[in-house]
Amino acid sequence: MEKITPLFNWHKNHNGNIVEFGGYLMPLHYSNGILHEHHTVRTKVGLFDVSHMGEFHFSGKDALANLQYLISNDFSDLEIDKTRYGILVRKDGTAVDDLLVYRMADEEYLVVVNAANIDKDEAYIREHLFGEVVFQNISEDCGQIAIQGPLSQELLKRLTPINDMPYYTFKGNVDIAGKNVLISRTGYTGEDGYEIYTAAADTEFLWELFLETGKDLGVEPCGLGCRDTLRLEAAMPLYGHELNDETTPLEAGLSMFVKLNKEKFIAQDALSEKPLKRRIGLQLKDRGIAREHCDVYFNGQKVGVVSSGTKSPTLNQSIAMAFVPAELFKETQFEIDVRGKLLKAEKVKLPFYKR
Amino acid sequence: MEKYYAESHEWVMALDENTVVVGISDYAQHALGDIVFLSNAEVGDTVTFGERFGDVESVKAVSEILSPVDGKVVEVNKDLEDTPELLNAKPLETWIIKVEGKIDPSKLMTEEDYLALDKDH
Repeated sequence: MEKITPLFNWHKNHNGNIVEFGGYLMPLHYSNGILHEHHTVRTKVGLFDVSHMGEFHFSGKDALANLQYLISNDFSDLEIDKTRYGILVRKDGTAVDDLLVYRMADEEYLVVVNAANIDKDEAYIREHLFGEVVFQNISEDCGQIAIQGPLSQELLKRLTPINDMPYYTFKGNVDIAGKNVLISRTGYTGEDGYEIYTAAADTEFLWELFLETGKDLGVEPCGLGCRDTLRLEAAMPLYGHELNDETTPLEAGLSMFVKLNKEKFIAQDALSEKPLKRRIGLQLKDRGIAREHCDVYFNGQKVGVVSSGTKSPTLNQSIAMAFVPAELFKETQFEIDVRGKLLKAEKVKLPFYKR
Repeated sequence: MEKYYAESHEWVMALDENTVVVGISDYAQHALGDIVFLSNAEVGDTVTFGERFGDVESVKAVSEILSPVDGKVVEVNKDLEDTPELLNAKPLETWIIKVEGKIDPSKLMTEEDYLALDKDH
């Protein structure tokens, strides 16, 4: 049985095209379609229901040590009211999930994980907890709205002062129209933006408030369809595509989020080794669209596979991310098998799009 | 001229005794969403009723286009190479291929019957 977010009825009543994603019924797009919503986020501001994301709470004297042990990044110098990205890994370095860590207080952290992995993550974390730490899964109590796009700051500052919020910082216990929220300057679109965490019960009120407040800015509700094309242009990994149970953060090109200089880290040995495969960006030179699972060829030999691909609405080019053997990382000319046709593809630098 | 429809949501319309044009229905374009690419047949290709002659791709999905007629492709709509979104904007005025062939009404639906069809089941 699929789960729903506090905004499910709103989506249904506003022509949301509902699909299953990560165990949740979510809007893929609304009446105007994915392309329109994509451009709205790149040029104005869009709202996303991301209440399906999971939230965990860690507290206690050893909360930090537990995060340090299981998550690839180093959180020892993470200040209160700051956020850092990391990958939850196994002993062999493979990714259980990717996530954001928020330092709420001295010995208190909020960890935000992918919807599809909530149960898997919780089981994995509980299996490894040590010392004085209290772990809670608070996913069901939380609603989350992402406000993304160049006008997101303009929208949000009409409701609360947000002048001094650099990227990857947050403010807890902010009052918006009588509701208690946490505002985080983060996002998954490659555009400026914020993610607003609130009580499940207050989510719909705030959603409608944001839509009303940003009406003259052109704010629109946006679905998961453009969330995917936006993050793909920005080359942000999506769990299940660029990261999965068989892929390490090094293979996925996320070495800047892997810190081995830590006292105790579960994947210390595995992630000290050089990766055997690498994530690359490809741009198609022939007409066509490469999609997930398409085979990648080099010199007529099958060498890899596409993890995500689409026709980029912003660049109007066919783009893909793929995994190839590490020894081919420097090569530039590949081919992709798109339904039986080999299409030329050239390696390009990631991200495809930068604001 | 009158359009006939296949169950797979393509339409076919006669231009003259031996020439027909083929497109996709308004329902099909709506179900697909934003169309961003068309992989079309080539002039000279033989098309067969009920068999794939091309693919239409939206942002999220690829969908086969099946031929609602037997015949030989005599022209393809070149405009769709760069502006496949015409299939969203004007599905009933935008033909995809022009075929030398004849409509077989016994295998197809009239527009009235097609529009009355319960397409969600």
